[in-house]
Amino acid sequence: MRPELKNFQHEQHYFRLRLSFTGFVVLGLFSVLAFRFSYLQIKQYVHYQTLAENNRISLVPVVANRGLILDKNGVVLAHNFFVYTLEITPAKVDDLEATIAKVSKLVEISKLDRKRFNKLRGESRNFESIPIRTHLNEIEAASFAVNHYRFPGVEIRSRLFRHYPLGKLGAHMVGYIGRINDNDLLNLEKAGDLSNYKGSDHVGKSGVEQFYERQLHGTTGFQQVEVDADGSAVRVISSTPPVPGSNLTLSIDSKLQEIAETAFGDRRGALVAINPKTGEVLSYVSQPTFDPNLFVDGIDVDNWKSLNDSLDKPLVNRPVRGIYPPGSTFKPFVAMAGLENGRRTPPFSIHDPGYFTLGNSSHHYRDWKPGGHGSVDMQRAITVSCDTFFYGLALDLGVEKLTGFVRNFGFGEKSGVDIQGENGGLLPTPEWKMRRYKQPWYQGETVIIGIGQGYTLVTPFQLAQATATLANNGVAMKPHLVMRIQEAITGESRRIAPIVKNKIALKPENIAIVRQGMIDVTLPGGTAASVGANAAYSIAAKTGTAQVIGIKQNAKYDISSINERHRDHALFIAYAPADNPSIALAVIVENGGHGGSAAGPIARKVMDYYLLGQSPATEPTKETKSPPVVHAGQNIKTLQAAPEEELHD
Amino acid sequence: MISQLLEKFIKHIDSFLMTCLFFALMTGLFVLYSASGQDISRVYAQGVNIIVALSFMWVAANIAPHQLERIALPIYVLAVFLLIAVELFGSISHGAQRWLNLGFTKIQPSEVMRIAMPMMLAWYFSKQESKPMMRNFVIAGLFLFVPVALIMKQPDLGTSLLITASGFYVLFLAGLSWRLLVGGVVLFGASMPILWSMMHDYQRRRIEILFDPSQDPLGSGYHTIQAIIAIGSGGAVGKGWLNGTQAQLDFIPERTTDFIFAVFSEEFGLLGDLLLLGLFTLIIFRGLVIAAQAQSTFGRLLAGSISLTFFTYAFVNMGMVSGILPVVGVPLPLISYGGTSMVMLCLSLGILMSIQTHKKLVAT
Repeated sequence: MRPELKNFQHEQHYFRLRLSFTGFVVLGLFSVLAFRFSYLQIKQYVHYQTLAENNRISLVPVVANRGLILDKNGVVLAHNFFVYTLEITPAKVDDLEATIAKVSKLVEISKLDRKRFNKLRGESRNFESIPIRTHLNEIEAASFAVNHYRFPGVEIRSRLFRHYPLGKLGAHMVGYIGRINDNDLLNLEKAGDLSNYKGSDHVGKSGVEQFYERQLHGTTGFQQVEVDADGSAVRVISSTPPVPGSNLTLSIDSKLQEIAETAFGDRRGALVAINPKTGEVLSYVSQPTFDPNLFVDGIDVDNWKSLNDSLDKPLVNRPVRGIYPPGSTFKPFVAMAGLENGRRTPPFSIHDPGYFTLGNSSHHYRDWKPGGHGSVDMQRAITVSCDTFFYGLALDLGVEKLTGFVRNFGFGEKSGVDIQGENGGLLPTPEWKMRRYKQPWYQGETVIIGIGQGYTLVTPFQLAQATATLANNGVAMKPHLVMRIQEAITGESRRIAPIVKNKIALKPENIAIVRQGMIDVTLPGGTAASVGANAAYSIAAKTGTAQVIGIKQNAKYDISSINERHRDHALFIAYAPADNPSIALAVIVENGGHGGSAAGPIARKVMDYYLLGQSPATEPTKETKSPPVVHAGQNIKTLQAAPEEELHD
Repeated sequence: MISQLLEKFIKHIDSFLMTCLFFALMTGLFVLYSASGQDISRVYAQGVNIIVALSFMWVAANIAPHQLERIALPIYVLAVFLLIAVELFGSISHGAQRWLNLGFTKIQPSEVMRIAMPMMLAWYFSKQESKPMMRNFVIAGLFLFVPVALIMKQPDLGTSLLITASGFYVLFLAGLSWRLLVGGVVLFGASMPILWSMMHDYQRRRIEILFDPSQDPLGSGYHTIQAIIAIGSGGAVGKGWLNGTQAQLDFIPERTTDFIFAVFSEEFGLLGDLLLLGLFTLIIFRGLVIAAQAQSTFGRLLAGSISLTFFTYAFVNMGMVSGILPVVGVPLPLISYGGTSMVMLCLSLGILMSIQTHKKLVAT
C-alpha cells in the first residue's frame, strides 16, 4: 500500500462520517439507559417501591443457645427450653389498654403479668417487643394464633427460656440472667461485644451466669433474608449459624449443696467449702435464698419488693458480699503470726486471770470465760479459745506485723473467685485509720484484733479460703466454682487446672501446733467438742462469735434482753481429715450465738456427706460438757457470754 | 469600558456549552446537598471545586489550539514519567498506589494522563503527512498502551478504562479501519481470560457480581442492589428533593460521589433522569458539532475524543449505578462530589471552547 497524500476535503468528509456514526452510538446507548430507567422506574416501580419501604434485605440475628450449667455429677443447674410467649410491640399498637383487654379474653393475663409488663415497658424502647404473658400452653397459643389477624402488633413468639430446675438451691452461686438494660448495654459496648448481642434479650446478671457471660452466651449467627411488603421473610439468602455457648461444670455437688442449705433451716448466714488442694469450691451457701426463675423475664413488682425489702436480705450474696468480724476464728491465723514471727514459742504459757489490761490502764479486756482458763500455752489457747492469751500476743506483735502477716492468708483482699462483686473485707492499719477517720491508732485496737474484733472484717469466702490455705500448709490455691468448660460444637472439654495463688513459707512445726490446737477444739474439752463427737475422721476447727452490738463495760450479755437481730453472729471454720484435708470450710450463722453450737453442726453435716458420702450422720451427743455446747435449734439460753469488747475511741 | 473588558473576558467562552454547564453544575449542587444529608459545608466545598474548575476551563479556552498542539508531546512525556514515578515511589491508600507526594501537594498523574492522552494522539495523527496507515495505528496503540498498563497496575480500573476510551476515540476518528476494529474486538474477546487472570480480586468480584448482585448482598453487591432500589422506587416523577428514603436513610453507599445518580434518580424520578440525559446529550452533541467544524486535524480529533469521553463518563456511571455495567468507580460528570474529576472535565470543556472560538479568529 502506497502512502496517500492528505486531502483536506476528503479527510473532513470522512471524519464527519465517522463522527456521525459515533453520534448514533451515543444516542443509541443513551436510549439503552433511558429504557433501563423506564423499566426500573415505571414497570418495576411497585416492586422497588415496596423494597425501599421495607428495605429488602434484612439481617436477622440468630441467637446462640446459651451454655448449660451443671453440677459436678452432671445435674442440670441452668438450661434452656422453648416456650411460647405473647408479646406486644407498643409502637405498633394504637390503644395499648384496649388491646390488652381484648387479648386477655383469649389468653389469661394476670395482674402480676400486667405489672411485669408495665415495668418492662418502662425499661424498654417503644419499638421493642415486650412479653405480656410467658409460658403459654398449646391451647392458649393456638387460640391466639387463629385470632392473630385481629391484633396487629401482638405476636406469639417461641423463645428460648432460661430455667433453673433446682430453683432456690445455690441461687447466689449459679446466679441468673435478666433482660438487658441500659447499663448492660453500656458495659457490652465498652467490652466491644455489642454486635454479638444483636437479638439477645438477656445477659447474665449475677453469679456464674454473670462471671462466665462470654463463654455461656456463644456467638450470634446471622441470616440474610429477603422480606416482602409486610416485612416478613420470604427467602433466606444466606446464613451464618450461631455458635452455642460453652457448657460449664461446677465443682459443686448439688446433693451436698442441698444438705448444707437444709442444715441452715430458716437461719440466715453463709457457708463456703473449698477443696484446699485444688481451690475447687465444694459448696457455696447464702441463706436465705431466692428463686432465680423469677428474674429471667423481668421480675414483677410485688416479688421484687418482698425480696428487696425483706429484713433477711435474701438477695445479698453473703459469701462474697457479706462482711463480718471474724471473731475467734481469727485466732489460728494470729497464732501462726505469733509463732512465725518468733513472738511466741510453743511452750510459752500465761496465767489467765479472766481479763487482760494494758500497762497503765484500768480497762479490763475480758476473757469470754469469767475467771479465766488458768495456765494456757499456744495450743491450749486455741483449743479453749483463750482471749487473754491472744490479747497479749496481738499487743506483742503490733498491728503492722499482725495484719501484715495474716494478709498472706487472703484477708483484706479479694479472693479472685469466679463471682463478681466480691468485697475485699478489711484489715486495719494505722495508716488506714488515719485516712478513714483522721485519728491515730490506739493500742487497745491492736489488742482486740487478736480475737478478731475491732475494725477487722472478713467475708465468709475469705475465711474459707484462709482456712483452706492453712489446711494446705500455707499454699493458697486460686478458688473457683467452675471446674470444666465444654465447647458446645467440638464437645471438647477443658478442666480448669489448679493454680497456686500464693505460697506462705510456714514452718511445719508451727503448723503442727496450730493444727493440734484446732483438732482439740473438736475433742472433749474443746469449744466445739460436740461437733467432733463420733466423727469417723479427725476435724481441725475453730469456733467464733462475732459481736453485733457493743456491750458496756461491766454489763452482761443477756440473750433474752437482746433483740434477735442484735445477737452475736456464730462462726465456725474447719478442715478435715485433719492430717490430709480434702475439705476446708467456713460457716457463719447470723445472730446465731456461739459458733460451736449454731454453726458447727452445719459444718459437720457437710463434712460427713463430703467425706463419708452419707447424709447427716449421728446426732452429736448431748453429754459433752465443758465450754458451751448447744445443738442446732436448741435453746441458746445456756450460752456463755461471747468475748466482748467495746470499741473505745 | 467595563463591557469591553467583559466581552474580552467571555470572548472564548462558548455560550451554548456554558449554559448547559451551568444547569448541570447547579443540579449537581442541589443533589449534593440532599445526598450529603443536608450538609451545607459539603456544598460549599464543591462550590470551591467548581470555581477552581471554571478557572481552569477559562484558561484552557483562552489557549489557542495550535499552542495546545505544541505542548501535547511534552505533557504526555511528563505524564508518563509521573506514572512511572508513582509506580516507584507513590503513596498507597486504600490498597491502591495512585498518588505522588511532591512535598507541597499530592498529585494523581493518571488524572493528568486523561487530558494528555487524547492530546498526544491527536497531535500524532495531525503530524502525519499522509493518510494514516496501519503502522501509525500500531505506534499510536503503543502510546495508548504504556500509560494504561501503568494505571491498571496501580490499580485504577475506572481511570484506565476512560483513558483507553479517550485514546480509542482518537484512533477511530482518525480512520482506524473497520477490519482492524473488528479484528481488535475479536482479539480483545480472546484475551479476556488473560485479562481476567491479571485482574485484582476485587475487580473480578465486581464483574461477577454485575451478573448476579444477589451473590453478595452485604458486600460488593450491596452497592448495586441498594442503588437499583433507589432508582426504581423513584418512579415517574421521584420522591422529591430531600425526600429520597434510600438516600436519606443511608442505604446508598458513596452517595455523594460515584453513586450520586441513585440519589438524583430516587428524588427526581424518570422525568429527572431523562432531563439529565438530555442535558448530557446537548453537551456531547455540541462537542461533536465543534469537532465537525474544527479546522485542524488536531482540533477535530481532540474535540471528538473529548466529547465522546464525556459521553463515556456519563454512560458508564449511569450504567453501573442502574446495574447494567460493572461498578468501576467512575464519577458522574459535573454532578459527583470531587475536585479532581471536576477540574479535568471543565478543563476538557475549556479545550472544546478554545477549538470552537479560535476557529473563528483564523477564519476572519
